[in-house]
Amino acid sequence: MQPSLFSTVQWTVSSLTKYVRDLLESDETLQDVWVEGEISNLSRPASGHIYFTLKDAGASLKSVMWKMTAARLTLKLQDGMAVAVHGKIGVYEVSGQYQLYADQIRPVGEGALYQEFLRLKALLEAEGLFDPERKRPIPEFPKRIGIVTSSTGAALRDMLNILRRRLPLVEVILAPAPVQGDEAPPKLVDAIFSLNQLPARPDVILLARGGGSIEDLWAFNDERVVRAVAESKTPIICGVGHETDFTLSDFAADLRAPTPTAAAELATSVTIIDLSETLKSYQVNLSSFIISFINDRKSEIDNLISGLKFFSPSRRIQIERQRLDEFAHRALAAQVHRLALEASQLEGFDKRLEALSPLQVLARGYAVVTRQADGAIVHEVAQARGGIKVRVSDGEFDAEVKNKN
Amino acid sequence: MAKSSAKQKPIDELTYEAAFAELESIVSALETEQRPLEEAMSLYERGQALVKHCAGLLDGAELKVRQLSGGELTDFEAAE
Repeated sequence: MQPSLFSTVQWTVSSLTKYVRDLLESDETLQDVWVEGEISNLSRPASGHIYFTLKDAGASLKSVMWKMTAARLTLKLQDGMAVAVHGKIGVYEVSGQYQLYADQIRPVGEGALYQEFLRLKALLEAEGLFDPERKRPIPEFPKRIGIVTSSTGAALRDMLNILRRRLPLVEVILAPAPVQGDEAPPKLVDAIFSLNQLPARPDVILLARGGGSIEDLWAFNDERVVRAVAESKTPIICGVGHETDFTLSDFAADLRAPTPTAAAELATSVTIIDLSETLKSYQVNLSSFIISFINDRKSEIDNLISGLKFFSPSRRIQIERQRLDEFAHRALAAQVHRLALEASQLEGFDKRLEALSPLQVLARGYAVVTRQADGAIVHEVAQARGGIKVRVSDGEFDAEVKNKN
Repeated sequence: MAKSSAKQKPIDELTYEAAFAELESIVSALETEQRPLEEAMSLYERGQALVKHCAGLLDGAELKVRQLSGGELTDFEAAE
């Protein structure tokens, strides 16, 4: 139908848009819809509101979630994510755009899994499996580390590299198990159980898996696995997926690591470098101890030596030597005295001897007559004959016997 | 407490942990207790030997990986 050229203008843009808006917003069906589609053009500006476009193969739908509702959203939205969005259809008059005002978003396909995750989490939480009091400390310096993961995965290689670099002293016991698929949960449980059964139990167990989709990681949300983690006698560090992935095994473990690599790091808080340094400091302690020990003994000896010197025999010898000197001196003095005494006695004798000398008699006029022939003293006349020698006080002379009476 | 010489194992046979623990006890014994010279010297010498042994173990340490399957432990060759 051709519009009349002269018809009167009935609408402004605003009034028409408002009319459309009222029309849409009064439709009960449009006010309570679940729409399935893929997220694109996701943006979350500083305002805190979330804007995105829901798309499928044939159409797209502008969507917005206000800040207040967005704050309660636990799901991490991503472009390309398949979601089901609940909300109502309205019109944004400024741009003449009808759009979906979202109040709930849940993953499509993962929806059922996610509901199961929440149900199980609430159940086990109520049982106390995730209580902080249950968490045991991770040993600082493990000798033996158990690893539960796939024997072919990159996670194992990464963990072994970390352990080799940080603490090659440890012994690793790998209990291999598939980490995804239906057989994974019972095998993971077996692996944890068998490590706990070892006569030489590991000091800590690393339960790990590399990143993957939520389905890939699902085994770690399996109730059997979560319970095995909680019941393990050996402390467990759980490192599954990436930083942003949380599994129920993480909650049940004694320590949650964001990645397998981080789990290996957390299990080796003391590294070979720390050990070397401690060793060096012990060596220094030992050496400085023994040096001061020996110095102490030396000064003890020095003290003893000066003590000994005081009581030393050499001191006695000095004293004795001095006494000896004194004696020697006294002996000498005595000797001198005695000699003088002797000398004076001798002089006395000499005088007496002199007094008794026959020469003294001769001086008084007597003579001594001896025979020339035999030198015999002539005491009697009869003895006198031939030549005689007459000794007087000042000498002697020869004489001849003449007349004998 | 440092062990008496009768109980001492040859140092070569000690694991790192055992050697280190004994070293720790020797250092603390020397630091806290008065001992006769001869005993102190022999503790010191054993301490030095333990340090050497531990350092050797650290230098030569290679990660040992074993695989547990069916209750049996076997050597595990990591595929690169």
